[in-house]
Amino acid sequence: MPPRPRPPEFLERNTYRLRRLMDAARFLPIFGLILLLLPLMRYKGDGADQRVGQEAVYLFVVWIALVLAAFLMSLGLRRALVSPPGADTSAQPPEEKPLSGPTPPDVLAPKQDAQGG
Amino acid sequence: MSFNLLVLTCIGYVVFLFVVASGAERAASSGRASWLRSPLVYTLSLSVYCTAWTFYGAVGYAARSGLEFMTIYLGPTLVFVGWWALLRKLVRIGREHRVTSIADLISARYGKSNLLGVIVTLLCIAAGTPYIALQLQSIAQSFTVFFAESDRAVLVADRTLIAFWVAAGLAFFTIAFGTRNLDANEQHHGVVTAIAVEAVVKLVALLAVGTFVVWGVASGPADILARIDAQALPAWQIQPGRWTGLILLSAIAIICLPRMFQVTVVENVDDRHLATASWAFPLYLFLISLFVLPIAVVGMELMPPGTNPDMFVLTLPLAMGQDGLALLSFLGGFSAATSMVIVASLALATMVSNHIVVPIWLQVRAARNLDTGNMRLLVLSVRRLSISLVLGLGYVYYVISGGSEALAAIGLIAFVGVAQVLPALMGALFWRGASRTGAALGLLSGMALWFFTLFLPSFGPGVILPAQVMADGLFGLPWLRPYSLFGLTTLDPLLHALFWSLLVNALVFCTGSFLSFPGPMERVQGALFVNIFDRQGTARSWTRPLAEAEDLLPMAQRILGVTAGQEFFRLQANAQGKAGFLPDTTPEFLEALELKLSGSVGAATAHAMIAQTAGTAVVSVEDLMAVASETAQIMEYSNQLEAKSEELTRTARKLREANEKLQKLSVQKDAFLSQISHELRTPMTSIRAFSEILMEGTGMDAADRVHFANIIHDESIRLTRLLDDLLDLSVLEHGQVSLDLQPANLRALLDRAITASNSVQAQRQFTVMRQRDPEDLDLLTDAGRLTQVFINILSNARKYCDATDPVMNIRVRMRKGMVEVDFIDNGSGIPRDKQSLIFEKFSRLTDSLQAGGAGLGLAICREIMFNLGGEIVYVPGQGGGAFRVTFPPRLEARAPMPRPQSLSADAAE
Repeated sequence: MPPRPRPPEFLERNTYRLRRLMDAARFLPIFGLILLLLPLMRYKGDGADQRVGQEAVYLFVVWIALVLAAFLMSLGLRRALVSPPGADTSAQPPEEKPLSGPTPPDVLAPKQDAQGG
Repeated sequence: MSFNLLVLTCIGYVVFLFVVASGAERAASSGRASWLRSPLVYTLSLSVYCTAWTFYGAVGYAARSGLEFMTIYLGPTLVFVGWWALLRKLVRIGREHRVTSIADLISARYGKSNLLGVIVTLLCIAAGTPYIALQLQSIAQSFTVFFAESDRAVLVADRTLIAFWVAAGLAFFTIAFGTRNLDANEQHHGVVTAIAVEAVVKLVALLAVGTFVVWGVASGPADILARIDAQALPAWQIQPGRWTGLILLSAIAIICLPRMFQVTVVENVDDRHLATASWAFPLYLFLISLFVLPIAVVGMELMPPGTNPDMFVLTLPLAMGQDGLALLSFLGGFSAATSMVIVASLALATMVSNHIVVPIWLQVRAARNLDTGNMRLLVLSVRRLSISLVLGLGYVYYVISGGSEALAAIGLIAFVGVAQVLPALMGALFWRGASRTGAALGLLSGMALWFFTLFLPSFGPGVILPAQVMADGLFGLPWLRPYSLFGLTTLDPLLHALFWSLLVNALVFCTGSFLSFPGPMERVQGALFVNIFDRQGTARSWTRPLAEAEDLLPMAQRILGVTAGQEFFRLQANAQGKAGFLPDTTPEFLEALELKLSGSVGAATAHAMIAQTAGTAVVSVEDLMAVASETAQIMEYSNQLEAKSEELTRTARKLREANEKLQKLSVQKDAFLSQISHELRTPMTSIRAFSEILMEGTGMDAADRVHFANIIHDESIRLTRLLDDLLDLSVLEHGQVSLDLQPANLRALLDRAITASNSVQAQRQFTVMRQRDPEDLDLLTDAGRLTQVFINILSNARKYCDATDPVMNIRVRMRKGMVEVDFIDNGSGIPRDKQSLIFEKFSRLTDSLQAGGAGLGLAICREIMFNLGGEIVYVPGQGGGAFRVTFPPRLEARAPMPRPQSLSADAAE
């Protein structure tokens, strides 16, 4: 395999934030699942001590919290989705951008026009 | 409430939906559709996930099993808030590869294999039909709820009748708005808008009933919580296995259900809509679920024991005397059921036509060496037929199962069925090594297990699977019992089936992929799908030009429609820097064409059709590997240089074309000069000769003198006409012409032009075919000039059409606010090398003088059309000479637009 240009090691502040936000977006459903599984561990399992109302409130609170988190994240993630009006060609999410350097690679621009009508 | 009022409400509601859908279609076709494609509409259309099973069934589910109903909505919530990881990639792939259905995605990823398309299609039909039956059942059932016990007995007999009319009505709606066109990407504005409206209706209805229950019946949230704890049954205990399993199952279903794939992926136009839906759709689900448990609890408390909890949403308001609320709730349920049926039948019909009927038909035609005929009409009629077929199947299923309780469980059973697509789908998105063999074997084994352990037993023992098999296992082997395969007895049937089918499916899929060697096309597609964010464009699957663009144009027209096909070819030609309708058949062009066609008929079929027209298929393995290999990818990263050289090539091609044209023109100009000298000389000579005779004048009788004077007169008229033409052209070219704008009717103008042109070669019988209705257009334009153009085209056809029974077809239509008039004759048309010259001055195809003109007619036409704000072009590939005249119906009095780059103008300046 021919040598690839080495991706830069460190990112400028904005890009760094955006990439951590992407990480958070990937983790969100996993944390959500774990929170939703918590009710399973609360009771012995004979059905005698269940408090359905309380459990329902808990689940709905987790639910709305997930919605809120997703809303806040989507505000930031929008920046990474630069869809041009054609909707055929879409720019890529911002890749690694070096902290400093004379010529940062122009990775934000679309590589080429995708063929298509 | 009377039965008639109920039916009238339904019909009124459906009429309203028709109005909404057709309004949306009209807005979309006139380009005012931006609001139709807003994130809000996208999110609302996703709510097709909430079917009647949600609307009525969730309350019943909550009454029977407590909080477990929430799992069905928590799974999708997790998938959507985690959109960045999965859905974003799925949607991007779907849009860039013009995927038309989930079967199409799987088939395209695994080397455009139609086998996989067929398997997924059959699976989806098996899982989808009972689901549709369930919706029909719920509508029929909700009708009967409104009547007292005594009337109900009569109505129950009519349930199948109600279901029948509902199915027929929905088929009609889906056909009307789902198969209107075959546009790229299979997007349906009308359907999506109607679904969005229905989404609002069902949410409002459920919220209204919920608000009434919490604040009208109970005295607020605290009271409801107390009642919930009071009513809790032992069966409400959360069961860990089912809780986890159902969350996962519903998460899988939201990705794999054909109707969800249709609204999430196929109808998506922008990634940013997904960003909005990532929180808005979970919010919708949250709101839908919020009042389910309160309604269930209050229903259990107040309704007499034995009432069907599935119908609490309706029966509770009725019992409390809230007829209006009950009617709203009825409409909500009706919306939920109809929107599901519409989208599901549309998605299934697309799969059936693209993966089963059209490929078979193409093969049959190819085997008999027949032309492929009008594909567009075929695909549309197949799709219409498939919609009726799918709905018919759902209806038959409903009638056979007799609306039994078994149907209630079918929602989850269908979920497990479509979940079988998951391993192949995940492999398609994330694993380059996934192979077609593995996917096909995995799908088949998962499907078989689903059939045996869940689907067939769901009909009840003894219906399809004999009771003895259920109890003792297949062939009397106890470890082959459908509900406890291999001795796994602790799981309930649903989880048992989910566990075994997905496990075996994934295992076979992986093993098959480990052991098989994928074909080149598979490997390329695999790399493209998995690395969708790294590079753009589709696979280079066409390497060398094999067919002339003129052969491909008719095929494209058959699928995309005449206008859209021509437009696509013209755009492609422009992108290559060429004028006219015929681009060079470069590999890039063939790829673009394939992509465009696959938006209508699916990837596999589009590939096969181009291969069929273009002659021998495709590509050597080396070509493909060159593209797929890492080297090629890196080269494409650093392709700024390539882009530059591409631009140079394009400029060079333009220059070469211009140069050729100039040379031809110069030859023509020389020819014309000698021609025009000849034309001027002949009358001049005779005028001089006869005037000399007249001057000598001796011994000539009066009759002779008149005769000679007549000749002189005629010849000078001929001279004047020639000079008039030249003058006319020069005035038009310099934009000094003053237009005489007046109202006119296109039909009258065409009538006049046909009458006037009849004098040319009057002995020839010419059949003129016209469409009287579209011609009836009121215009505001220079009628005289426009008629002059029509006369010129018609006279030319009379002169040059070489068919023995000449026929002239005149077609009129409106497009993008312009009137288009096509004149198509059945002669041999204009040879390709002459097409770019006919509108130039002094050009004449035949050298003979029979034409009687100086070759200025079409040049004048072009200038007139330009001054009228339109154009005249030659359209190749129409089976004869074809001219298209385009102009605005209402010409505003204004200065002419800047002149388009005409070669003659360039040469003159």
